Order: sequence, then structure tokens, then C-alpha cells
Amino acid sequence: MTVLLPIPPLVPIPPLAVPGEVRRMVRLTYLTALTTLLGYVVFFVFGFLRDLFRELLDWSKSDDLRGYAPICPPFEDFYTRRIYHRIQDCFARPIASAPDAWIDVVERYSNDNNKTLRRTSTASRCLNLGSYNYLGFAAGDEYCTPRVIESLKKYAPTACSARADAGTTRLHVELEELIARFVGKPAAITFGMGYVTNSSIIPVLVGEGGLIISDSFNHNSIVNGARASGATVHVFRHNSPSHLEEVLREQIVKGRQPGTHRPWRKILVIVEGIYSMEGEFCKLPEIVAICKKYKAYVYLDEAHSIGAVGKSGRGVCELLGVDPADIDIMMGTFTKSFGSCGGYIAASEEIIRYLKHACPAHLYATSMSPAAVQQVISAIKVVLGEDGSNRGAKKLAQIREGSNYFRSELKKMGFVVLGDNDSPVMAIMLYNLAKLPAFSRACLRQNVAVVTVGYPATPVLLARARICISASHAREDLIKGLKVISEVGGLVGAKCLPAEPEKAKKMD
Amino acid sequence: MASAVMNMTTAALDWVTVVFDAPLARAVVFGVHIDGHLVVEVLLVAVILFQLTRKSYKPPKKPLTEKEIDDLCDEWVPEPLHPPITEEMKAEPPILESAAGPHTVIDGKEVVNFASANYLGLLGNEKIADSCITSLEKYGVGSCGPRGFYGTIDVHLDCETRIAKFMGTPDSILYSYGISTIFSVIPAFCKKGDIIVADEGVHWGVQNGLYLSRSTVVYFKHNDMASLESTLEKLTHENKQAEKIRRYIVVEAIYQNSGQIASLNEIVRLKEKYRFRVILDESHSFGVLGNSGRGLAEYYGVPIEKIDIITAGMGNALATDGGFCTGSVRVVDHQRLSSSGYVFSASLPPYLASAAISAVNYLEDNPSVLTQLRSNIALLWKGLADILGLAIASHPLSPIVYLKLKKSTGSSKSDLELLNIITDRVLKEDSVFIVSTKRSVLDKCRLPVGIRLYVSAGHSESDIHKVCDSLRRVAALVLV
Repeated sequence: MTVLLPIPPLVPIPPLAVPGEVRRMVRLTYLTALTTLLGYVVFFVFGFLRDLFRELLDWSKSDDLRGYAPICPPFEDFYTRRIYHRIQDCFARPIASAPDAWIDVVERYSNDNNKTLRRTSTASRCLNLGSYNYLGFAAGDEYCTPRVIESLKKYAPTACSARADAGTTRLHVELEELIARFVGKPAAITFGMGYVTNSSIIPVLVGEGGLIISDSFNHNSIVNGARASGATVHVFRHNSPSHLEEVLREQIVKGRQPGTHRPWRKILVIVEGIYSMEGEFCKLPEIVAICKKYKAYVYLDEAHSIGAVGKSGRGVCELLGVDPADIDIMMGTFTKSFGSCGGYIAASEEIIRYLKHACPAHLYATSMSPAAVQQVISAIKVVLGEDGSNRGAKKLAQIREGSNYFRSELKKMGFVVLGDNDSPVMAIMLYNLAKLPAFSRACLRQNVAVVTVGYPATPVLLARARICISASHAREDLIKGLKVISEVGGLVGAKCLPAEPEKAKKMD
Repeated sequence: MASAVMNMTTAALDWVTVVFDAPLARAVVFGVHIDGHLVVEVLLVAVILFQLTRKSYKPPKKPLTEKEIDDLCDEWVPEPLHPPITEEMKAEPPILESAAGPHTVIDGKEVVNFASANYLGLLGNEKIADSCITSLEKYGVGSCGPRGFYGTIDVHLDCETRIAKFMGTPDSILYSYGISTIFSVIPAFCKKGDIIVADEGVHWGVQNGLYLSRSTVVYFKHNDMASLESTLEKLTHENKQAEKIRRYIVVEAIYQNSGQIASLNEIVRLKEKYRFRVILDESHSFGVLGNSGRGLAEYYGVPIEKIDIITAGMGNALATDGGFCTGSVRVVDHQRLSSSGYVFSASLPPYLASAAISAVNYLEDNPSVLTQLRSNIALLWKGLADILGLAIASHPLSPIVYLKLKKSTGSSKSDLELLNIITDRVLKEDSVFIVSTKRSVLDKCRLPVGIRLYVSAGHSESDIHKVCDSLRRVAALVLV
């Protein structure tokens, strides 16, 4: 029987050192960093001891692996077993209703110390501050739902076929024209899942011999797509146009190989509109100017910003005053603002024509469900006002005012809040791992459902609670949310900055 | 003559020895006699020290000035993002104007549809449509969040339990898109340093997963068990290291690229002999093979526990979207935190999960639909047996009937052009919708191209006769 000693976890822990400008942005003091690190050390030590005891107790048990290597070596899921399982009840909470402004969170219990959780049949009605429902299309909508049901009856839930075979319906063609018009590009192509859009488009655009420069905080789908492409990948400091310029100059001069200086085939710079863990916009005008100067192509991922920001909902380009013609590839998803599923790419006619010929997701993957397509078409029509009402404009105004109000109130209470003005996503810094479950459970007890994130979605020292405001949140809902967060935040000690006294008294 | 030279050499050597040992100065410095050989030694040391003090030769490297960098950047010209657009790139697929059932409407005309993988004929089923509508009214369309952040709706959990119960496994996990299932599962279990033996005919999703996993991948000849055995033997023979790392065999139950069926009993025998684990992609065999539709394991009579990981896309027999993965509790649990397509993506729309539950219920209650499907496939085989120029290349039980050219023109590209002419004429002249192979530039599969017919339990006898007659007529015209 092989002895599996507890080996220190070999999972790639991002460097504990937090870059200077990020540290300033999140107000990470040395004391906070030290205490957070101490907390992790305590967890690891206890985890090792438990693993050791588990080893000793299992010594006598028979080895049922019979010559196979374990499918999951102990160090690979050390973090899962010893740290994540303790706070498992704060994640993956099932709901029994539509992900609207108020949800029914199903209560769960555990008989074995949180290792497995079982559902009960009771649910508690909570304020939903976690779902990506920016324009409030998640639950039934008076314009969208009847049309969706009609499409479902006409076209069936799916076409059981890829777009290139028998999966293209009139609805798909209409959606592609509509989204191209909405975004301001000549043509578009749609896919059934946002993640697959990134993973399968980037390898088609850039292959071996190309260079991809991506922001250090980019989403996992972009990282996977960049890796699958076979191109060389470099990372530039988050949202830093000056560092991007440095990297571009260095790489163009160096070339593909250090000795021969062979030039790169093409350079693709990938940025996101809103970074979902921070809630801040990318510095698009500067980045586009730099890319134009050095002839690099720009790929903009507007997963969170399309439909939610900008005067008419057209995304960061409208908000920051960038001409869509300057951006080579605009990508986005329909999951967040339009209450559906899927993703799209908008670019010039020739690029879209080539993608339709070459992209594996278009040729092999099942086409988007027609009912979901109809939902997006109807939602865009509402946003543009083409349904004959001004509900779209009202929703956009509501989400803008709601998010600005929420953010300013949180800042007044003394929380460290990340996120730019007008962004519907904001993050309250908690730093310490132990504050995550405390914050989450205390809020749930008071019927507010929040999302708390730690490692590996965020850097090790920067755990946070993330709030997503929706257009379906009424002002009273936001006030109730603020009251609960203020109380709970005070209890866990998340109010790191001095509060404004008169406003704080008003909250009480 | 030689002795004279010898004498002279000996005399010279004697003289050198005398000079070296002759005391130069009648002095003793620090107990060392100053002898002749000391002079040579001092000279040598001086030369060595002199060389050491010289700077080593480096070709002069002056850093580039800003202006030079600017010039280099101006000179650099990138390739365009897309290659020149050719005529074949401009081809558009037909646009459907109704549901993609056995009969569909294209351009206002009703056509017989053999291009949708609607194996059980569930598209247009009333019960499934009703459950979808109830779900839509309750939950809306999208789930607006990943599974970890309030995107887990109770129908997802019900669907996972239902599928696990149907397959006879402890648990299962739901993915939001069929193709992303396999390329998220493989990197979750295979990391750098592991060994994977895969069939060379696997589809792009599997290839992408294998590439992302960064493991050592060895391909064996398509559906050839002898080739598999020799590959396994080669990899494990006298390789002590192999026992400590994870080893996998990746196969598809019914291959999308050829319609062949993997011989699972052979694979299980080899897996147990060489201690490998099996990852089986059952996208086209779930709901098709086996007496009750439980897939390849039921068809071969292999206990389901022997297959370690089973994945399937639900966009075929179950007439919904998304995918699932099932296996032991450890396998399923591990994916909930480490499978990127599960963690970092929004969850499956709830109405599609309800459709999946209804479809599985229907399949369990009506196993006769499988016999209907099998008789349709048999009828199609009979009808296609004597087509000029085309031969059936798939397994007799596969619902994907694959026709390839009896005589290839030599290149895949021209084969494909010929096949496209056949499919276009069949659609335009006889109103039968069939499709040819589509290959992406990123696809590494080199199997021959062909025409695919997807047989459904909803096809009637007249539909099947129609497609056989049409193909016979058009193939005779095109493939003289």
C-alpha cells in the first residue's frame, strides 16, 4: 500500500505579492495582508493535521485502487476538501423561482459537517443581489414571454443540428442582423454559449506565429481560447495602457524567436468591457489609440457591459465615446442583460464570412435554441424602443441610477468599494477568508442573498462580496439591502474607511 | 643516420636538463633554490595573469534607441485577420422556417429532413413542449448566473438526479452546452504528465479537450482494437513510471465522423489488463443503443461501473440542449470546482432542463420507439445498398448513416465539392434535405469525407423510400 503523505498543495497559487496600483485601489494595508495570510496558514495547518489523521486511520483499510493512480491526487483537491467544504453552504445555493429581484432560496442541511448538502422543501424569499439580471428580463416579461412561447411552439426547443447543417432558422438570421445593427458593426454571428464563443473563435483568428496580449484579469474563457490557439500569449498589467505600449514595443522588436527576430504574423489585444470581479471599465480610448498606432487588432469582450451601460445600452463603446469601427472584433453574451443564453461576435462582413466557414462551434455545435433567440430579439427591441414603448429607456435609467445610488451609499458607510460610476457591478472588499461565510450567512439570515468570492476566482488576499444591481430592483429593495449590508458589514468588520457621520446616522 | 639524430636529440635533452637544474644564482629564496626551470615557470604564470586581465571579447551590443524602435514598429506589417474570401466560403446553409422534425419547411417548400439528429422523433412532442412552456412561465428563459452564484435552479438538480437514476450511476453533473461538456471534462481530470490514448477519429470537441489538458496524447488507428492493444503495450511495457501517473483511453460510442461503433467489451478487457481508465463520449448513442436506450454499456452488457467517466451531449436523442457527465461520486464531485465549462459559465436555461427530464421520462415509458428507430435504419440500409458510386461506411446499428465515395478523387476538397453538388441537387430537385461532412480548419481528423443521413424514429417508410430513390437518381447523374 502506497503511503500518501500530505504534500503541500501544488495548485498554482497566484503570487501573494499584489501589484502596487492594485494594492492602492483595494486599500490593502500590510496589517490586513498579514492577518489574512495568518488565517490561511491556520487553515492549512489544520488541513494537514486532518489529512495526516485520515492517513493513519485509513492505514488498515484495503487499497481498492488495485494498481491505478488515484483519479484525484490528494494535493490537487486539498483546497476543495479542507477549506472549500467548510464554507460550501455559501456557494451553489439552489433557488426555486426565476432569478428575479426577489428569489426563493432553497434551504439545505448537512449531516456530515458540510461535506454533502441536502435540499429541504422549504425556501425563504430573499432579495437577490447576486444574479446577472441587469435589465430585468430574467423572469417573465410582458413583451418577450408571449413571443418566446410562440417561437417554442413553432420551432421546438432545439433543431438538433449544427448551424451549418440544419440548425439555421429565420430567427437566427434575424438575430444576427439585429445584433449587428445594435452594436454598430456590419455583420454578426451567434453561438449557443458565451464560453464556447471565446474558446473557439480566438484559435480561428490567431494561430501559431501570432501573438496574443491579454489583460491580466481576463476571464477563463479568454485564457482557454488563447491557450488553445497555439499562439504566444503575453499578459499586460490590468487596465494599464502604458504597460500595454511597453509590451507591444518590446515584442515587435524582439519578434517570434530571440535569435532570428522573425516578425509576428499578427498581434491581437484582448480586453473586457467591464471586469466582472472589480466592476470597473477598461480604459478603451487609450488602448484603442495604442493598438492603432502599432497596428495590433483589438478584441473587446462585452459580456457584462452590452445592454447594461451606455445611453441607449450599446455598451462601453457608447459610454466611453469610442467608434465601433475602430474595434476589430466585438464579442458579447446574451446571458446577462438580455436574460437568455448564448454569445455573439460582431465584426466586418469578411471576417464573419470566414468565421462561418471555419469556426468549429458553428460547424459542429448544436445551434442556439430558437426560444432563446426569440428572447434576445424581443429584449433588444424593447431596449431600442421598437416595441412601441419607452420601457427600454426607463430600464436603462433605472439601472444607472440604482447602481450609482447603491455605490455612493456603500462608500458613505465606510466600505471599500470597487467599481466605476455607472457600472452595475460593484465589489465590497472583505480580504479575510473567514469573513466570507460570516457575511454570507448573516445576510441570508436577514433574507438578502449576496455573492461572496474568494480564491481561486480572485487573488489570494483579496476576497470580496460582489453586488449586481438590476433594473428590476425598486428603490425600497435597495434601501433594505443597504440596511442589512451595513449591519452585517459592521459585525464582520468590513468597514475599513471612516464613515460620513451625518449620513451614517440617517441610515440608522 | 637514425642513431645520429637520436644522439643529437639525447644531447639536446641533456643540455636542457642541465640548464633547468643549474643553479642560476647561488641564492636560496625562502628555501627554494633558484634553478633554470623556475624562469620558465615564472614566465608562464606571468602570461596567464596577463590573459586573465584582458577583457573577454563580446560583440558590441548597443541598446536600440527610441527612434530605432519606432522605425521597426512602423515597418512591421501584420497579416490580415482573415484569409482572402473564396467562393466556397460564401455558401450559406438552408434556412428553416419551421421545427426541424422529420418534415420541415425550407424556402416555402416542405422537405423531408434527414439532417437533424432527432433520433427518437421528440421534436414537436406535445408533452415536452408543455413542460417547456410551464418552465418558461415559471423561470423565464435564462438562468442569469453560473452554478456557484444562484444559477442553480431546482430543475437542474432534478435533471441531474433523473439522469443518474436512468443510467444507474450514483450522480451526474449538467453542463450548459453539448460541445463544451467533453472539452471541460478532459482537462479537469488530465493534467500535464498524464497519458491519454485516443482514437484518431474523435471529433473537434474531444481534440480541443486533449490539447487543453497538456497531457501526452497518443492516437491509435480508428476503431482498430489491435492498434489500441499494441499502443497500450508499447506505453506500459517496462515503464515503471507509468504506474504512478493517471492513464486514460478516450473513445466515442458512435463516432460522429464515421458512424462506427466502438467495441466496448474489447476496450474494457484492455483497460483492465493495462490499468487504464475509460472516458466515453456517448453523445450519439445515449437514447439509441441498448434495449432501453441506456447507451453502449447496456448494448454490450458491460456493467456501468466499469466505465469511469461517461459524457454526452443532449442535443441529439433527447431533443434539448446542454450536456451531462456521469460516473462515480468522486468523479462528479471533482468537476463541480475544477471543470472550467461548469464553473465559469452560466448554467443551462431551466426550460431545457425540464425538456431533458420529460424526454428521459418518455424514453423510459416508451421503449418501443427504439425498435421503430432500428427498423428505420434497417430499411434505409436496404434502400441504399445499390447506389452507384456511394458505399455505406457506418455500423449497421448507427443512426448516423455515413455514405462515402466508392472511388475518391484523391483530395478531400474535391471529394467534398462532388458531395456538395449531390446534396444541393437532392434538396432542390427532390425536396430531401441531407448534409455532407463539414470540416473546420482547426479539425485534425483525417477520416474520409462523406454524406451523413440522420435517421429518426419519426421518419415514415415513404420518407425513407423517397431519400433512397432521390440519392440513387442524383448519384447516377453526378458520379458517372
